[in-house]
Amino acid sequence: MPHDHDHFHHEGLSSSGHPYRQDNDTPLTYWQQMEIAVREILIEKDIITTAEIAAQIEAMDARSPAQGAAVVARAWSDPDFKARLLKDAAEASREMGFDIGPLKLIAMENTADTHNIIVCTLCSCYPRNLLGLPPDWYKTRAYRSRVVSEPRAVLREFGVELPQSTRIRVHDSTADMRYIVLPARPAGTEGLDQDALAQLVTRDSMIGTGLPRQPDLPRQAG
Amino acid sequence: MTDTDGRRWHDMGGQPAGPVAMEGHDFALWEKRIDALMVLCGNKGLLTVDGLRRVLEDMGEEAFEKYSYYERWIASVNQNLIEHGVYSPEELGTKMLEVAARGATYGEAQND
Repeated sequence: MPHDHDHFHHEGLSSSGHPYRQDNDTPLTYWQQMEIAVREILIEKDIITTAEIAAQIEAMDARSPAQGAAVVARAWSDPDFKARLLKDAAEASREMGFDIGPLKLIAMENTADTHNIIVCTLCSCYPRNLLGLPPDWYKTRAYRSRVVSEPRAVLREFGVELPQSTRIRVHDSTADMRYIVLPARPAGTEGLDQDALAQLVTRDSMIGTGLPRQPDLPRQAG
Repeated sequence: MTDTDGRRWHDMGGQPAGPVAMEGHDFALWEKRIDALMVLCGNKGLLTVDGLRRVLEDMGEEAFEKYSYYERWIASVNQNLIEHGVYSPEELGTKMLEVAARGATYGEAQND
């Protein structure tokens, strides 16, 4: 079946590369009915206000991998900041103005011989207050189950092949203690400022399922 | 002693599983609202992350496979709020019927 190639690739995908979210005119589900009911009861009982809900959604929407990328780029550029980040990633992130709440946050540094990956095998704990909500795959049975026992095979599914000599450390998050990966600064980036460096830092590179972009390659999604 | 390891279904680390599904989706408004309700109720001391997880884990593996992430979350938020005495199951039931009577879609079922 012939396709207009460009059209085919954009069909059904939003600008983020994800399928368009469902509109509000799809049939009401039982769980949506419950969400509306719970929300309205909390508002009627003066426990929560509509404005609080809107503000919380706005605050969560504002969190994104760009925040983490700014932290990483500064750590690449500023050795003192990097030391503070590795000592207490929550405090170092707050120092940059990011509201990461009461979570304990630990940064694991990728080095020439060690690569770090984060997971939550028990549920879906993620450094959400820095990076925003986790990607769907992070919450899947497949990722949670396999990344601890066969991380190299999982990395290959993400298109990452590491030398056998590289030690892979997988960090299992808990509800109260979240991890973030501090990826290794790519070679050939000596002349770049922090803003340019931040452009190289992908979400997946801070989870450990990806590597930073190379400075001489065109930018790719993800 | 038995030859089982005593792990519950959600303790998945190291278990065999298929390829990682890379498909993502943009969160819908109802999903963002559930996330916000969890955070706000947590901030107000009406539920804890541990309480949220307890209900999710007790819902079992079938619910994990059958329902989406935020569907399971609203079920757990609701259960925690009822257990905390914030409202009764009857109040919820009455409100859910009222919501459904407004219209057949998520948009129409809003009180606005």
